[in-house]
Amino acid sequence: MMSASSVCGNRRKAMPSIKELSKREDLLSGGHRACAGCGATIVARQVMLAAGKNTVVGCATGCLEVVTTIFPFTAWKVPYIHNAFENVASTISGVEAAYQSLKRQGKIKENINFIAFGGDGGTYDIGLQALSGAAERGHKMLYVCYDNEAYMNTGIQRSGATPFGAATSTCPAGDEIPGKKQFHKDMTKIMIAHRIPYVASASPSHWNDLVKKVEKALSKDGPSFINVISPCHRGWRYPMEDTISIAKLAVDTCFWPLFEHDEGRWKLTYKPKEKLPISTWLEKQGRFSHFAGHPEMTDKAQEEVDRRWNELLALVKIGDLCEEGKHCDLKDL
Amino acid sequence: MKEKGWKDLAIGGLIEDAGNAACYETGSWRTFRPIRDNEKCIQCLQCWIFCPDSAITVEDGKVGPIDLAHCKGCGICAAVCPPKAHAIQMVRESDIEDKE
Amino acid sequence: MINESKTMMALTGNDAVAAAMGQIDPDVVPAYPITPQTELMHKFADYVHDGLVKTEFVLVESEHSAMSAAVGASAAGARVMTATSANGLALMWEILYIAASTRCPLVMAVVNRALSGPINIHCDHSDSMGARDSGWIQLHSETSQEAYDNTVQAMRIAEHPDIKLPVMVCLDGFILSHTLEPVEILGDKAVSGFVGEHKPVHNLLDLTHPKTFGPLDFHDYYFEHKVPQMIAMKKAHGVIAEVGKEFSKLTGREYHLAEGYRTDDAERIIVALGSTTGTGKQVVDDLREKGEKVGMVKIRMFRPFPYEEVRHMLSGAKAVGVLDRSASFGATGGPVMLEIKAALYGESTVPIKNYIYGLGGRDITETHIAGVFEELKDLASSGRSSDDVGLLGVRE
Repeated sequence: MMSASSVCGNRRKAMPSIKELSKREDLLSGGHRACAGCGATIVARQVMLAAGKNTVVGCATGCLEVVTTIFPFTAWKVPYIHNAFENVASTISGVEAAYQSLKRQGKIKENINFIAFGGDGGTYDIGLQALSGAAERGHKMLYVCYDNEAYMNTGIQRSGATPFGAATSTCPAGDEIPGKKQFHKDMTKIMIAHRIPYVASASPSHWNDLVKKVEKALSKDGPSFINVISPCHRGWRYPMEDTISIAKLAVDTCFWPLFEHDEGRWKLTYKPKEKLPISTWLEKQGRFSHFAGHPEMTDKAQEEVDRRWNELLALVKIGDLCEEGKHCDLKDL
Repeated sequence: MKEKGWKDLAIGGLIEDAGNAACYETGSWRTFRPIRDNEKCIQCLQCWIFCPDSAITVEDGKVGPIDLAHCKGCGICAAVCPPKAHAIQMVRESDIEDKE
Repeated sequence: MINESKTMMALTGNDAVAAAMGQIDPDVVPAYPITPQTELMHKFADYVHDGLVKTEFVLVESEHSAMSAAVGASAAGARVMTATSANGLALMWEILYIAASTRCPLVMAVVNRALSGPINIHCDHSDSMGARDSGWIQLHSETSQEAYDNTVQAMRIAEHPDIKLPVMVCLDGFILSHTLEPVEILGDKAVSGFVGEHKPVHNLLDLTHPKTFGPLDFHDYYFEHKVPQMIAMKKAHGVIAEVGKEFSKLTGREYHLAEGYRTDDAERIIVALGSTTGTGKQVVDDLREKGEKVGMVKIRMFRPFPYEEVRHMLSGAKAVGVLDRSASFGATGGPVMLEIKAALYGESTVPIKNYIYGLGGRDITETHIAGVFEELKDLASSGRSSDDVGLLGVRE
């Protein structure tokens, strides 16, 4: 089987095969203290395989940061900085600004990728401002959100990313109130509204799509954002070996569609052969076990999945209709 | 690793030895150990790309031994191994004799 | 080019500090506006947009991000400066500690303004005093000249191989920042010569020797990580004095850790910092004309605190009045009072009284200060300290 790169001969455009990827150095070493089966570390590994050694990483306080850098050990084989919880975007803004300044002065010659990792807590909530500011200022950096849908490192507290009805430590499935009352923010769309060159959603289950997206993001001359679903068996309550299959199911139920917004154009990068009902995803996770006694909650969840999915399909259709330079009319939909 | 006093620490709390977490052996966390049957393995590398702990070694594009010093026994590798290959079994550590 | 050769100009404190920043020409300046710092950054923005500096100017979306970006840029090996006031400094508070513990040699101008609430844009020292435990070096300025001079020296101090700590240069909001004073601006080359070429403490961008910044410490390492900070602070006494000496050779202006103004034979001495010391000098001179033996200790370096120097300057006093432009609610007095008491503990039983003044920009006049000296007569004759805190100029 020929790999794409040998066909095209253009390494920039070609997607590395898994075999080629496996020849790259793993930039996250083993020996970190993540839970066995942790989704976040799979995400980090895959992103780093795509990014390569010429990368400086920033990390917000949270699971990934804590497990990879317990003094005196670090699992990072690239330069890495952790500052505080809500400011990885502004910290990396500063790093990138320094890089631009030093490069302009001729003190640095290399090309360096700048990647900021933040959990959903550090991205949707406390870190939203810093991320928004960094995006607006146009720093050449990629922000990867590993979304495990709660403040996991501090013991599974709800965040702005926690899905409707999920039970967490701060919104338990109680006798009066069954889990989280609100729907989660559509963070990916929030970043698209910033008009940055590249925004995408990804999943570690679809490593090929994720790697492609990271490469595309890093090729942009400005900010990019990738929101990656990052299953956590401690918080979501499923058997630890199912991390990848749970991620795949999130994609196949269209709870977590895989799409991108590239230079203004919406595009679906994966369409499930069959859109599975959200119940198939919910019933696999202990945090939704109370839905069994509340079928109306499953209906509400399905309604919202469908609403967001249909909205996405409409936006993608606009993208399809509007080719470069061509004016496009909503009535064409 | 003997704990250092303040005189021997790098300035500003930095860790200067990149990737030294490899010295920390998380393999002791395991309850179950993945055992791969190399005859059945189709070299799809799915186990490698989905391991959270970089514990599936690869050499020249082919899977090598599992890094037991770091493997936590999560079972993802066994779960993602294609059903047609079914090359990885999770075996209880306590059932394994002749441990290295 | 900001200024070719030494020139005397009429400048506001903000413009004077901006000029110093321009002449230092840092690699990165993250900035967020807050009164009364704003015009400082406006001036610096002019330099940037006119191509007079090479600085990467990062107009962040909050002060928290300003300090966060400053830490990131400093870790990346850039020379970094910024400025703020009051609640802006308060918003940075979390990161101030991280900047100090990461040993980032940042220089930040703090245009002193009262912390809310209620919200007040005028001068007092509650902002920088609130950061006195953060691990930053703190220098105060009597005049805009001092603000300029302190900024130039601050970069040398911060980057000194024995220090590697961030430095806060404080100047009184509106009183100094917005008032025109004659300021001697050095030539660009004199400043860059004094400050020297930037030798970065850190190099996050070194791909061949990747380092991890900001690890998680458990209880087995945090304490050990704090000790080197304490040691660097101790060394700052010597370094700041040394840099001051060198600066005086360049300019003829003396810079010490504290200044004893006519304290040698003084019987009644006040202690103050900031622009009030200028007013204090005037009152001391006026009273001296009348034959009163009075003097003033002007604190320049507040962190680390110059205990030895202050103890020496107060050694002959029969009564001491400590002026604080901020309160420390629940403590026996304001922050300066607590330091003076610490300086005198075990060494002197001179009667001492605290006066809090100027909160929220309430004016402090020669009459107020003269009144303090008058009260100190009673303190001296009673031989006992007063636990009452005088509140100068407040309406009951």
